[in-house]
Amino acid sequence: MADAVCFQTIAVLADRLKAGELSAVELMQAVIARTRAVDPMVKAFNTCDEADALAQARASDARRAAGQARGLLDGIPVGLKDVIAVRDQPLTASSRMLADFISPYDATVTQRLKAAGAVLWGRLNLDEFAMGSSTENSAFGPTRNPWDLTRVPGGSSGGSAAALAAGAVTATLGSDTGGSIRQPAALCGVVGLKPSYGLVSRYGLVAYASSLDQIGPFARTVEDAAILLGAIAGHDPLDSTSFRTDIPDYRAVAGAAPRPWRIGIPKEYFGEGLDSEVAEAVQRAIAFYQSVGCEIHEVSLPHTSYCLDTYYIIATAEASSNLARYDGIRYGHRSRQADDIVGLYEKSRAEGFGAEVKRRIILGTYVLSSGYYDAYYLRAQKVRTLIRQDFLQAYGQVDALLTPTSPVPAFKLGEKSDPLAMYLCDIYTIGANLAGLPAISVPCGFTRAGLPVGLQLIGRPFQEADLLAIARSYEQAHDWHRRYPTIR
Amino acid sequence: MNYEAVIGLEVHVQIKTRSKMFSRVAAGYGHEPNTLTDPVVLALPGVLPVMNRAALDAAIKAGLMLGCEIAPVCKWDRKQYFYPDSPKNYQISQYDQPICLGGAVEIELPGPARNVMGEHRTIPLTRIHLEEDVGKLNHGAGESLIDFNRAGTPLMEIVSEPALRSAEEAFAYLTSLRALMVQGGISDCDMEKGQLRCDANISIRPVGERKLGTKVELKNLNSIAFVRDGIGHEIRRQIAVLERGGTIVQETRDYDGQTGASQSLRSKEMAHDYRYFPDPDLMPVKVDEAWKARLKAECPELPFDRQRRYQTQYQLPYTLTSVLIWDRPLAEFFEAAVAAAGPHKAQAVGNWIINDLLRELGQARIALAEVKVKPGAVAALVELVENGVVLTNAAKEIFVEMFATGDAPAAIAERRGLKVVPTDTDELEQWCRDAIAGNAKALAEFKAGKDSAINAFKGPVMKSAKGRADPKQVDATLRRLLADS
Repeated sequence: MADAVCFQTIAVLADRLKAGELSAVELMQAVIARTRAVDPMVKAFNTCDEADALAQARASDARRAAGQARGLLDGIPVGLKDVIAVRDQPLTASSRMLADFISPYDATVTQRLKAAGAVLWGRLNLDEFAMGSSTENSAFGPTRNPWDLTRVPGGSSGGSAAALAAGAVTATLGSDTGGSIRQPAALCGVVGLKPSYGLVSRYGLVAYASSLDQIGPFARTVEDAAILLGAIAGHDPLDSTSFRTDIPDYRAVAGAAPRPWRIGIPKEYFGEGLDSEVAEAVQRAIAFYQSVGCEIHEVSLPHTSYCLDTYYIIATAEASSNLARYDGIRYGHRSRQADDIVGLYEKSRAEGFGAEVKRRIILGTYVLSSGYYDAYYLRAQKVRTLIRQDFLQAYGQVDALLTPTSPVPAFKLGEKSDPLAMYLCDIYTIGANLAGLPAISVPCGFTRAGLPVGLQLIGRPFQEADLLAIARSYEQAHDWHRRYPTIR
Repeated sequence: MNYEAVIGLEVHVQIKTRSKMFSRVAAGYGHEPNTLTDPVVLALPGVLPVMNRAALDAAIKAGLMLGCEIAPVCKWDRKQYFYPDSPKNYQISQYDQPICLGGAVEIELPGPARNVMGEHRTIPLTRIHLEEDVGKLNHGAGESLIDFNRAGTPLMEIVSEPALRSAEEAFAYLTSLRALMVQGGISDCDMEKGQLRCDANISIRPVGERKLGTKVELKNLNSIAFVRDGIGHEIRRQIAVLERGGTIVQETRDYDGQTGASQSLRSKEMAHDYRYFPDPDLMPVKVDEAWKARLKAECPELPFDRQRRYQTQYQLPYTLTSVLIWDRPLAEFFEAAVAAAGPHKAQAVGNWIINDLLRELGQARIALAEVKVKPGAVAALVELVENGVVLTNAAKEIFVEMFATGDAPAAIAERRGLKVVPTDTDELEQWCRDAIAGNAKALAEFKAGKDSAINAFKGPVMKSAKGRADPKQVDATLRRLLADS
């Protein structure tokens, strides 16, 4: 019974909590038991605070008993990627640099989840500072894919995807800079949504690349993702890049009757490097949409081939600047080997950062250097505009674009030791970040080896409602999301 | 050989705002270390900057006062360098699109005498940009401590063209600029509190030469007098180097105002690559015409414009205007008093303010805003003197009491018996006769046609009257008696 509860959706659990069939404490106890059972194998959690979670659950039950329940999320365990600040909890970014850092403040999304009554459960593993596509770059060791423990869960939000897929939490938040929500969602067989840039506040999200980072939900279903998005979206005066827009009832609009959407298939996303089983699963999804009356159009995004280069210039440039604050002076790792200020900087950062983080800082520092700025950073910003224009032009013709999320299913730990091979994992997801568009990954099948495959839908800016509706119509006709891994 | 100096100044002015440039925490001076901080100021993981609009308002206002072109968009860049006083290890600043471009500062050079106006020059500005201040390092024995209270305070950098030619011009430039910033309510410009800081770029060249010499940057000029002394010292140092046949090294030097000496801090080889790029955390802010118009309406009259107006409108002498214009509350007090007394009494009003009011303020060590004397009372006192109700000496006493009590001058004159009393004619006539009889020499001179000799009799008469006789009545009586004698 305990495990069944652990795989139920927010929508179902909210009804059961409301009906009094289940208490938040019982739910949390089941989740703790499941976590204890599976996390030694999956290693999705950096830390978890059982006493704190149970206290939150008791507070939720007390509210409900007093007739003051706060809505669907009240009492629901929600896990946060360990780059989202929670007051008095660790905030490590899976880095040695922040191994002992406790946040003295809440991120805006954290405050909103607390206000909605969610029970915050666990600090979830990631590639250090969200740099990577496999969660192997964590200073605390890799997370495993619940569907096959020899394989990666994807990344960088691998802990958020794997914990959810393993039943150790009901929903989670991750962050997505180049695919870090959608790719692990696809590899772990769950739903992952990256909202439009500016829809969700970044205040309290450890910055990787400021103009690309966006917090978003992982959930078992599109409906759950819509519920979670509704709780965290909306303008925040603490984030100057957050957008003023009305937040609809995403759950209601996602559940509305299907419409004959116009769906674009960008031809550049089905070329070389795409695994044949992934391609087949995505083709079946296209056939489904056609069968329910949607128009399917082949479209072209001609600057797609520049996405990866553009991303690795802009993201690393911003990262090199954002990570400059980790210097061992005010907080974080401080080397004991230094005897002057320059030595303190060099040694603290040399000891505190892992190889991939260093690689990106060096690359970003280089592209911003005097004499190279115009050739790299400025040029990349111009290409970024062209990439965005490609998308906006396509939206003259279609309501959403449909692509594979990841070119390949979950790969083996250690399989992609070449950084460039790893970077190619994000080839289909980066475009939405560069263009600031909402995009969602939805489970769309399994390979013959039993590995999940994800389908990506990319929508118009700030039209998350349409995107969720399109994704939900697929989900309602399929049952991929009802399959759970056997962890062994 | 004769040399001329070429000087450009970079002036940092802290903007007086309640909160910091990019966070809600309070800005201030003199608080316990690290009490004016928050997660944003300390650059904790995950925080984001949010621009303080009041600081942008102040910078635009400064630009409007200085005649700058205001950028249509306020854009932010990151200036990157590692230093422990900089919590993010980058400073949010403005690189290629400063909020203000161009503009100028009008200065007055010292005149040939204190009471004679000196030459005016207009020093063009390159730019003004906004940024955030850094924290403060305190080096102790074996340890260095950082106070982040100052970090994130809104800061304007005002860059002049290399158009200043002497230490005196630099002094005059800072005097003007500081007055503008203070009068515009932009900053208190207290150099001891670091609210105004100045770096100078100095080179010299032979007179007539157009090519610029090698420049030296002088730092830590932390009072206006030190700016003048430091620049003077640097010019003499460079001339001495060239005269010895040496060459000027491009470097940054630190001037010590106490010892009057400078020493090299670093040479040009250590120049930084700041890797500027647009700050992705801050959206550009559009500055439209209505915004500028609102701030334009808040700009006060500039000091030299005020001076020219006082000269033409009231025929006020330089000795008065040169004091009034540097103190906006004082000038406004003056104008309010003139409005009450009438423009033809402006000079008399001005004299009372410059001499008596300033003296009393100085003795009481209080600011004008705290005084009990109101402008209307000064006007009323001028009126009493002009109408012969009180004499000047009595008026001086009245003023002291007005300052102390805030009472109306007429009431004080009444209370203290300081009003001129119409004297009994017989008594006055007797005092006059005594005075004439007591000064035969003056009588002879007067008879010989020297009219001014009459004044010699007035002193003794006034003395007999204990200062309360009406001077007109005294004069008339003396003339009648002299004519008869």
